Amino acid sequence: MKTDYDVIVVGAGPGGSMAAKTAAKMGLDTLLIEKRQEIGTPVRCAEGVSKNELKDLIELDERWIAADIVGAKIYAPDGTELRMSEERAGSEVGYVLERKIFDRHLARLAAREGAEVIVKTRAFGLERSNGVATLKLMHQGEIFEVSAPIIIGADGVESKVGQWAGINTSLKLNEIESCVQYLMADIDIEPEYCHFYLGNKVAPGGYVWIFPKGEREANVGIGVLASRARRTAKEYLDEFVKRTFPQGSIVEIVVGGVPVKGPIERAVSDNVMLVGDAARHTDPITGGGILNAMKAGIYAGEVAAIAIERKDYSSKTLALYDEKWKATIGKTIGRNLLIKEKFVKFSDNELNKLAHSIAKYEVEEMSVRGLMTRLILKNPKLLWDLKDVFLKAR
Amino acid sequence: MISVNRFKCAYCGACIGVCRFDANELIETWVEINDNCTMCMACVKVCPVGALEVVDEN
Ligand SMILES: Cc1cc2nc3c(=O)[nH]c(=O)nc-3n(C[C@H](O)[C@H](O)[C@H](O)COP(=O)(O)OP(=O)(O)OC[C@H]3O[C@@H](n4cnc5c(N)ncnc54)[C@H](O)[C@@H]3O)c2cc1C
Repeated sequence: MKTDYDVIVVGAGPGGSMAAKTAAKMGLDTLLIEKRQEIGTPVRCAEGVSKNELKDLIELDERWIAADIVGAKIYAPDGTELRMSEERAGSEVGYVLERKIFDRHLARLAAREGAEVIVKTRAFGLERSNGVATLKLMHQGEIFEVSAPIIIGADGVESKVGQWAGINTSLKLNEIESCVQYLMADIDIEPEYCHFYLGNKVAPGGYVWIFPKGEREANVGIGVLASRARRTAKEYLDEFVKRTFPQGSIVEIVVGGVPVKGPIERAVSDNVMLVGDAARHTDPITGGGILNAMKAGIYAGEVAAIAIERKDYSSKTLALYDEKWKATIGKTIGRNLLIKEKFVKFSDNELNKLAHSIAKYEVEEMSVRGLMTRLILKNPKLLWDLKDVFLKAR
Repeated sequence: MISVNRFKCAYCGACIGVCRFDANELIETWVEINDNCTMCMACVKVCPVGALEVVDEN
């Protein structure tokens, strides 16, 4: 580790590694630090991603693909099944990843582009003066100070970089899903379908998911909106598991919080950009955040290069990054925030009614948009206020 | 005072995400709570496994 860099990235999740990879590739002297001693573990993810979008961001590698997914089944509180698939289009739609290997792979790609990667190194303070930022780092018990004009905070849901830089990323209890997941072995599943269970009894303000990771293995997890849950996420999940997979074994426990806040006002300040979960880039409906973190990381790396070239690290120049993520990620998560806010208020009866209205159809476009378009057309009254935001955005 | 049950805690960081007072931090497997804590209970409510508890200081 040196004392000065062009860019220091805090956190080696998908956001941080893509940021470091991009910055290094553009010729910037880049340091990527991770506080854990192992990149990628413990996992905090259900590992589902859209195939096409992932393909656009990175070369696929079967070492970190656990399952190919062809469709999804959503269950209303009364058990009504909605099926979404793109089978007819002749291609699988999603992957379930092996994040332990995936995250490490991304960090390796950053290293390959020339970034210096270092683990068991925690940032615990930030100071800015004369256009340069200095991070205080603790590496295996020793304290270091490292400086750079650009700091990229990719430090996840527990982000401190934003707080230090005066960026408001606070999460209220109605802006975070409290999650627990079991990797279950030897259970009867459909290995090519993801399953989602909705309902105020099953998972208030969230859902239960089953994401296959093999013939008889799956991530079985739950997210509940912290403001609506009456018990812990774990208690809700245990109830579901006892009912659904009484014989299965739990070979791993995953725990985490997912921001469902929608777009924040700004993700930059002088010398600082936030990406991924640190910038609350997760999708308020699906809870997905891997791809958004990767995209944001790429944008931040690109803007870092522009700022270095201009020798201007003020929030004014870095606002280019805000423009980039808001025009892409921000649009979708803004729209999905509105849907989330509507849906968490529905009673189980209303959810059932919505499901019945489209249960006959197979939704061909496997996306929130595909599903919502159908729902709005069939339930214009119930979903009236979403009509404009939604159908116009097409 | 808020205390962390180390045997339940899965060190996921959700409690840090909801803290507005910079009163906690996750260091590897260790959640630390400092004097900034105002007992607002946000962390207790978000904890997915119920590892945060209010304990009597005496
Ligand atoms: C239960 C659960 C299920 C999920 N399921 C899905 C899913 O199916 N699909 C999907 O797309 N997304 C899912 N997500 C969300 C997804 O995991 C995150 O959005 C994604 O990991 C965000 O990437 P990131 O790089 O922003 O942050 P992270 O992956 O969280 O990485 C942040 C890194 O920063 C490090 N760090 C933090 N503070 C410091 C510091 N001070 N110094 C140094 N390093 C630091 C952390 O140790 C961590 O490694 C899920 C999340 C949870 C909790």
